[in-house]
Amino acid sequence: MTTSSVQPPSHAANPAIRDYLHEGTSIRSWLLTRDHKRISLMFLVATSLSLLLGGIFALLVRVELLTPERTIMDAVTYNRLFTLHGIVMVFMFMIPAIPTVFGNFLLPIMIGAKDVAFPRLNLASFYVYALGAAITLTAMIAGGADMGWTFYTPYSTTSPSAVAPVGLGVFVLGLSSIMTGLNFIVTTHTLRARNLTWHKLPLFVWSIYATSIIQVLATPVLGMSLLLVAVDHAWGLGIFDPRLGGDPLLFQHLFWFYSHPAVYIMVLPAMAVISEVVCTFAHRAPASYRAIAYSSLGIAFVGFLTWGHHMFVSGMSLLDTGIFGVLSMFVAIFSAIKVVTWVATLRRGSIRLTTPLIYFFAFLFLFVFGGMTGVAVATSSLDLHWHDTYFVVAHFHFIMVGGTLTAYLAALHYWFPKMFGRMYSERWGTVASITVFTGFFFTFMPQFLLGNAGMPRRYYSYPPEYQWLNVLSTAGASVLAAGMLLTVGYLAVALFRGERAGANPWDSRSYEWLTTSPPPQHNFEEQPSMDRGPYDFHLPRLV
Amino acid sequence: MNELLRRLLFLPPQGTSLAREVDYLHYSVVLSTMAGSAVVAATAMWFAVRYRRRSPTTAGESEVAEAAPRLSYGFELAAILGLLALFVGWWVVGFRQFVKLETPPLDALTIQVVAKQWMWTFAYPSGAASNAVLYVPASRAVKLVLTSRDVIHSFYVPAFRIKQDAVPGQSTSIWFEAEQPGTYPVYCAEYCGTDHSTMRAQVVVLPSEDFARRLERLPPLDIPAADGFGSGPLVRSRSDGTSLARLGEGVAARHGCLRCHTLDGTPHVGPTWARLYQSDVALEDGTSVRADESYLTESMMDPRVKVRRGFAAVMPTYQGVLDAAEVGALVELIRSLRDFREAPSTTPLAPAGAPSVIPLPRSPLPQLRSPGDSSP
Repeated sequence: MTTSSVQPPSHAANPAIRDYLHEGTSIRSWLLTRDHKRISLMFLVATSLSLLLGGIFALLVRVELLTPERTIMDAVTYNRLFTLHGIVMVFMFMIPAIPTVFGNFLLPIMIGAKDVAFPRLNLASFYVYALGAAITLTAMIAGGADMGWTFYTPYSTTSPSAVAPVGLGVFVLGLSSIMTGLNFIVTTHTLRARNLTWHKLPLFVWSIYATSIIQVLATPVLGMSLLLVAVDHAWGLGIFDPRLGGDPLLFQHLFWFYSHPAVYIMVLPAMAVISEVVCTFAHRAPASYRAIAYSSLGIAFVGFLTWGHHMFVSGMSLLDTGIFGVLSMFVAIFSAIKVVTWVATLRRGSIRLTTPLIYFFAFLFLFVFGGMTGVAVATSSLDLHWHDTYFVVAHFHFIMVGGTLTAYLAALHYWFPKMFGRMYSERWGTVASITVFTGFFFTFMPQFLLGNAGMPRRYYSYPPEYQWLNVLSTAGASVLAAGMLLTVGYLAVALFRGERAGANPWDSRSYEWLTTSPPPQHNFEEQPSMDRGPYDFHLPRLV
Repeated sequence: MNELLRRLLFLPPQGTSLAREVDYLHYSVVLSTMAGSAVVAATAMWFAVRYRRRSPTTAGESEVAEAAPRLSYGFELAAILGLLALFVGWWVVGFRQFVKLETPPLDALTIQVVAKQWMWTFAYPSGAASNAVLYVPASRAVKLVLTSRDVIHSFYVPAFRIKQDAVPGQSTSIWFEAEQPGTYPVYCAEYCGTDHSTMRAQVVVLPSEDFARRLERLPPLDIPAADGFGSGPLVRSRSDGTSLARLGEGVAARHGCLRCHTLDGTPHVGPTWARLYQSDVALEDGTSVRADESYLTESMMDPRVKVRRGFAAVMPTYQGVLDAAEVGALVELIRSLRDFREAPSTTPLAPAGAPSVIPLPRSPLPQLRSPGDSSP
């Protein structure tokens, strides 16, 4: 460890202070913990299980699509499976994963706080999540929900399956999401260390903060809509049912008013991770701190005004189509600002190629491709052809898997030493990241072509001319799954056998690396000085 | 070049001239996407090689002298503005094409499309109908007026690059003009339940003489019996070449529409249907609306939303009373009266507002209600 005039905190200096992993080892000390870091690990386990489940459902869907007609299941089972895959991945993994795991772990440390503002609420949000996940899964598996993750009425309100309990489960998951978001907003406003002004916050905090705003503002609309669907389904209230004077398109407006911003709930945390990874491994400050910070807020704001681009073929008026179309172009610009700034940050840096940075390159390609195909489907005349085809499926998987999952993996590798105090194997990390990218590319690139060729989504059986692209896609999915399993394997080994990581193995300047790895229960042994900025790479390291 | 790109991108054949126009925009957008993402990723990776850390052990303060890399703001601004101009350009071109794709010529052949789980039915102005096969003449604009009997479906012809949702209780439309005779697949694109993926049909484009002959051989529309949407057995298949508009007269009579609406221009309790279609209707709230298919359907389902100026808001809703095919037949009837001329002797039906010749509405009676009356 580099010496400097500033005292590095270390275990050696004060062996009496234990890290958060060893502060009480009983089951009770975990289940009833109010330590944000332990709650983060519980979320890590829970969301990883969701990812595993969602991944298994995805593989089953891909296996069924190997042949144009029946392969291993009937149409009813297939429809239930893609619904399971969508709901589990969106509401139980993509939306909560990065904020509840990495946001929870890092946000308080990055602002020099001992914990979040409401530690009990934080713990409650975990159990609410677990309850919501349990209700959703039980209802879907026992009740055979088959309406897709979009719950479109009047199919969902007239379908004989268990729509109401599934809606309730997602409603409860949304509650957990609101609790987390609220906690982060208050924490960021009230618990920042002395001298830590907004413009000295790590960019991760800005992005998580913007995410929290969307969570708190948009999730209630989803909860309300799902409640109305459940009431419609159970008692025939007829809000969305045309036979009772309701309007099915009203549901689509309400649903997308949440679910389009929800895309940014999934992507902004990914951008939060990427900003940190780029600066650390380029060993320099972001090319423009403000461009990255403010564009997060821009995305959060304009993201609320573009939902209608999901409804171009629903019979919406031409005027609405035009307005939603052009607003969708603007939201893409904020993402473009971030991309340009990240790449510019690498220029003339001192770049260290590690697994998180490989994931950044994967992210960059997939996110730009996915984002520009988003602009493409928001171009109204092209959307007439692409809407509800595999092109759209490929587009949003490029954003959600290509963007969010690669960033999640980058985060997992980047902060692994901080969270567990151990290093993973860089060699296996490289192999796995390349495998994941290759598998991903071959899973979804064929789906763009399937969409161009006109194959609609949610198709159990399909015309035979689409088969070879489907086979290629399934092959890609197998490679992707292998890459994920490999990652689980070497990270599990690293957990016990990995080399001890120092406080700051990546030579970063951000605040979370000022404390030991893993950090003590209250994050810092003594209140750190935050006079410096988080990207002051021109100054010597403190730790 | 067009053909090469179309094949490289796996696009279906271009069945209409608009499809070709849309594809040019498609090429531009997709090729820019590929180039953009490749250039960005390649630049980042080149930087990673060019500016790699040379001496990992001494990583630290020495290598980076400046506080922050100097980003050329001019460069970034130019890049962002250029991108914005590109995106807005796509939007302008795309939206103009969209307007064209959504605006049928006035002389288009109108075909009513009724979707249900899991079948497409196409009804022609002549009263003929066809399941799962849409016969259309080549080189003639065809307008489809869509509705659904149950959940939302979506009518998708990849070769024409068109798609339109069929929404229950509403009417939407789309049009195309096929260039060449041929057969093109139709898919349902909006998830609609167990057999969603087999809810397919075909567009068969015929030379116009063949089309006329084919149309004569099609059976007339069979307006379905009660299936939860509330209508009773109605006009059964007749073999005398009944037109869809004629079926609409039967529907209007059965449901008591003609107690308030006339077919010959005479004012009555409600507005006349003569010359109503595609006219501009002045509303109570001072605005006006074009009386197209969707307005007519809305007025049947939700009559109090757009009340015509000078008429009392007394019409009850026919939501759940009229089924989708009946709505189609009524719309076709109103459409057929668009160019109505005052010539009562040649009009075989509906003497001016004379309820006496109208058959009694079947039970349950759709009663006239006042706006305040909430009884069922």
